[in-house]
Amino acid sequence: MSERNGALVHIERVNKTFRRGAEEIHILSQLNLEVPQGEFLALMGPSGSGKTTLLNLIGGLDRPTSGSVRIGGDSIDQMSNRRLAAWRARHIGLVFQFYNLLPVLTAERNVELPLLLTGLSSSQRRRHVEAALSVVGLTHRAKHYPRTLSGGEQQRTGIARAIVTDPTLLLCDEPTGDLDRKSGDEILALLQALNREHGKTIIMVTHDPHASARATRTVYLDKGRLSSEKPE
Amino acid sequence: MRGLGLVLSNLKRRKLRTALTMLCIFVAFVLFGLLCALKEAFTAGVTVAGADRLIVRHKVSLIMLLPVTYGPRMEQVPGVSAAMHFTWFNGIYQNEPKNFFATMPVTPERFLDMYPEYVLPDDQKKIWLEKRAGAIVGRTLAERFNWKIGDRVPLTSPIWPHKSGGAWEFEIVGVYDGAEKGTDTSGFYFRYDYFDEGRAQGEGMVGWYGVRVNDPDHADAVARAIDAEFANSPYETKAEPEGAFAQGFVQQIGNVSTMLIAILSAVFFTILLVAGTTMAQAVRERTAEIGVLKAVGFGNGRVLGLVLAESLVMTAAGGLTGLGAAWLFTAQGSPVPAMLPVFYLPTDALIVGVGMVLALGIAAGLLPALSAMRLPVAVALRKHV
Repeated sequence: MSERNGALVHIERVNKTFRRGAEEIHILSQLNLEVPQGEFLALMGPSGSGKTTLLNLIGGLDRPTSGSVRIGGDSIDQMSNRRLAAWRARHIGLVFQFYNLLPVLTAERNVELPLLLTGLSSSQRRRHVEAALSVVGLTHRAKHYPRTLSGGEQQRTGIARAIVTDPTLLLCDEPTGDLDRKSGDEILALLQALNREHGKTIIMVTHDPHASARATRTVYLDKGRLSSEKPE
Repeated sequence: MRGLGLVLSNLKRRKLRTALTMLCIFVAFVLFGLLCALKEAFTAGVTVAGADRLIVRHKVSLIMLLPVTYGPRMEQVPGVSAAMHFTWFNGIYQNEPKNFFATMPVTPERFLDMYPEYVLPDDQKKIWLEKRAGAIVGRTLAERFNWKIGDRVPLTSPIWPHKSGGAWEFEIVGVYDGAEKGTDTSGFYFRYDYFDEGRAQGEGMVGWYGVRVNDPDHADAVARAIDAEFANSPYETKAEPEGAFAQGFVQQIGNVSTMLIAILSAVFFTILLVAGTTMAQAVRERTAEIGVLKAVGFGNGRVLGLVLAESLVMTAAGGLTGLGAAWLFTAQGSPVPAMLPVFYLPTDALIVGVGMVLALGIAAGLLPALSAMRLPVAVALRKHV
């Protein structure tokens, strides 16, 4: 679903402003970004630079104050909440820093969540869940609750949940931020494999240069603006 | 696992809190069921009262007697098809005051003709007509004392002592059932001729009359005509429809319906607060999870539905089992048959109860569901699961 020029993500002159009382805080200013299909993009920047806000705009979790966000030709900033939710279900896979698994559901039930919005039968959903868990190497922990899984296993469950619907775009917000180096490396290797072997387009927010080194391109966000050069 | 699986999993998150809330709802609906049965017990006479029947009593008080000769005179009043007298006998079994029940002498054929809600098999009716000391008892009363047909039952009466100075001897010749669910089957009826012959005083006097009219629409006019017939006599009468008479009896206790509604309103308001607080807490604790659901594509409507469904499942589990328990309890019969002979949970009260379960579920879950629905996904995700 890439656009004619090959960019899957097309962000043009996006501004994002938050209001805190009488004060206006400009998070993103006149920001432009294009991400081609199949790219593994690392988005770096200091805390409070707006990385997560940008990721939320790309994922349709938030709306820009002005400017346009087009993903694969869909102007998501123009969509109603209802259409946007359906669009997210179809096109976006999200991986969070703190995994955000539902503690009352087993790993396989967590992975199944996005499939509940599809018309798939129970057996079809089970097959998809098994496939996703097998990609992340967690089939043997399918029946376990999150509290009995290690951090790395929880994150792999989160990735399985993100890919189970075969989304167009995978958005990862500090996916290794809560993990030790070894587990972090395993998660990065998994993301890299998803990009290389399965052709997934990935945008990953990270603080960690070690993580960004796994990406095919790194961009830096500072004071609301993007640059391909690391700021001083 | 579709939505319901997710709802059930969420309810299991804080098992103790969910269980205690369900228990509160359970108790409230048991109370609802029992109070409805109690209301039915008090008002059963009103409900099953014949529209075509009047009660005629002494103008001053029910406890003052009327002559037995009034019966044929009432039957001469235009619009009256039959008149039947009753007298409160106040029978006591085995000289135990707690073994007290409604005991009345009647004229058998006329009694069964005027009160078709008392169903007596023909063979038993035939024997009752033959045996002067024969008595028929309601099914509830027979079961209470384990009486069977042929049993001899001695009763004493503080109002009507036997002229011999001993107990009144009766033989059970029939057991009647109620034609309707609300029919009182705790009565003991025996023959008036046996009573009048055996009593030590008051011969020829009876307690009150039941009068059947030809046209229920003219019942009030017939009642006025009966009262006019006996005006300025030593025994003036007061005639009124059977339903109004029963209603007046109930109102001696107070306005039962209003009292019950007041109690239930207080109970349900409290339960609404309990269930509403539980749901609000449950949603507040799950802010990030609601964010995750929205992030993976659950729309606002679906999130609203999930929270409402959770509230409904919780109230239904507590409320319906509570109604079921109340129904089971009342199905065993009256715990105090002497005081409340009719005691059951009416079907319409069950239907109202189910409606209240649904209303409680929606009311308790609505505000938390709306707040979950309106929660911006990016804001919700800032909280950790």
